[in-house]
Amino acid sequence: MFAFLPKQKLARIEARWFWFFISPWIVGLIVFRGGPILASLFLSFTEYNVAEPPVWINLENYTRLLSDDIFYKSLRVSGLYTLLAVPLGIVVSLIMAIMLNQKGVPFLGVFRTLYYIPALVAGSVAVAFLFQWLLNPSFGIVNYIIALLVGDEGVIPLGLSGPRWFFDPDWVVPSFVLMSLWGFGASMLIYLAGLQGVPTALYEAARIDGAGVFRRFFSVTLPMISPVVLFTFITGMIGSFQVFTPAYIVSGGVGGPAYASMFYVLYLYLNAFRRYRFGYASTQAWFLFIIILILTIVALRVSRRAVYYEAPGDEKMI
Amino acid sequence: MAEQTLSPTFETTPAGSASRRALTIQGQERLMATISTTLLLLGLIVVLFPLFWMLSTSLKGEIEALKIPPNWLPVKPQWYNYRDALTFNPFVLYFRNTLYFAGMVVLGEVLSNSFIAYGFARLRAPGRNLLFIMVLATLMVPAEVTIIPTYILFANLPGQWLNSYNPLIIPAWLGSAYLIFLLRQFFLGIPMEYDEAAHMEGASRLGIWWRIILPLSKPALGAVAIMSFIFHWNTFQGPLIYINDNAKFPVSLGLSMFRTPFGGTPQHWYMAASLSVIAPCIVVFFIAQRFFIQGIVISGVKG
Repeated sequence: MFAFLPKQKLARIEARWFWFFISPWIVGLIVFRGGPILASLFLSFTEYNVAEPPVWINLENYTRLLSDDIFYKSLRVSGLYTLLAVPLGIVVSLIMAIMLNQKGVPFLGVFRTLYYIPALVAGSVAVAFLFQWLLNPSFGIVNYIIALLVGDEGVIPLGLSGPRWFFDPDWVVPSFVLMSLWGFGASMLIYLAGLQGVPTALYEAARIDGAGVFRRFFSVTLPMISPVVLFTFITGMIGSFQVFTPAYIVSGGVGGPAYASMFYVLYLYLNAFRRYRFGYASTQAWFLFIIILILTIVALRVSRRAVYYEAPGDEKMI
Repeated sequence: MAEQTLSPTFETTPAGSASRRALTIQGQERLMATISTTLLLLGLIVVLFPLFWMLSTSLKGEIEALKIPPNWLPVKPQWYNYRDALTFNPFVLYFRNTLYFAGMVVLGEVLSNSFIAYGFARLRAPGRNLLFIMVLATLMVPAEVTIIPTYILFANLPGQWLNSYNPLIIPAWLGSAYLIFLLRQFFLGIPMEYDEAAHMEGASRLGIWWRIILPLSKPALGAVAIMSFIFHWNTFQGPLIYINDNAKFPVSLGLSMFRTPFGGTPQHWYMAASLSVIAPCIVVFFIAQRFFIQGIVISGVKG
């Protein structure tokens, strides 16, 4: 029956159906995204504890934030964590993906599945408990193995002993980095999909030109999957600035010792839901938004030269 | 350099230089595969060791768990640790709560995102591309920006919203950017001829979505369901903010407040409870891994 209607009318009907189908997203956009974003911006200029109506206090939250020592500490903790966890995560997952893409390795499917398991549960409460136990300074298996390898009577007797991990302010962030590296499987799988998209003809050509293994990696593999690396770099950066659960669990919700596990979002959570300083916490949230925005733009700008796109205009996709 | 280390293959082929090169490449490949296999096996031990240690500790007694040097395997596995750990805290209840919460969210995400993605993939309208860019742009907004106003919204709505799962379930029924993107990519791959044929026979758009697109998209829908289930099974921050009644806790919250009869942190019970909480995820993954990996491939690398 539609076939008999004039073209314009058909287009109008189709457009109406389009709006009908995306209507849940529109509602969500207004109620749970756009609305809250604006509300959050408004709240960042107020003092608000839910019990009483918000009071407008101009830029006071912002000036207070910039002289808040704990805020700077949380920024430093999350910044250092991002600086370590993101590049290390990329290197580890990329190496694993390349090995899991190697022709002639038996049981590749089984390997891929098993290597992915930690990623399923990474960042959960259970894994935070697990790493607290593994990295326990006195009874943990990791320090025991370190002692076996390089302790006084170890295989290589260097007289070294394991650090105090979550109990030593200097080792807290590296401990969290270790925990996050364990979940490398997620980006590994993304790289694997990327590697499988590299045309084999390119490798053949490089081989005929006499390129060795490393040359092939740097001249073929890396340029071809650089968009994927950029993608995981940006999402990894955003994700690691939002770490919450492991920090909350390991530090019992206080961010110790000596604020060494006071991750950015943990401090935000404590201000909002423990001290009911919703205005101040909204300021923190907006600050985070701006940090992420700037980092993303910088990453995209810097990468414009380093990232190879097959078709011009493709970069708009990321 | 590399070619010289491969001399065995090299020497056994005194033929022409072309075939010599071909065999070297073969040998090189075989060497790489051997190295990779060895490293992969060693790596697997390192990667799976934490889970093994979790299991091993969970079956020890309290004193044995703290023994140095440790026993790699428990002297006598105490399977009743699981019973003890899971009954002192009402974990059966927590599991049931999580199943309800995760189930409702999964249902909502599969239905709503496939619905929305159908619109974006199949129907033309002015402004569609701009709206789709907006979908992608919302990926950039950190949850922390919206979490406080959303909480305040539910705190002020008439009726009892706090201390219930509704504030966490309702948004899941209104689409999520990543899943819309994933399903749209998949739908774009289904030939338009199917829609047109159904259209000719008088099927409505709703009918096409439900009877044509959904059945053809089972792999993608399976991927969405599994990713969503595993994510929400473990999710912690949302329930921490909204749920404060012990009887309503999901497993993540229940585990975070794990209590033991004599206080302290007896590691064998902690590990038994933790392993019980993550085990369902791993089991679901093994049953449905085909879907899972497909999902990541569909969402494409250029996402």
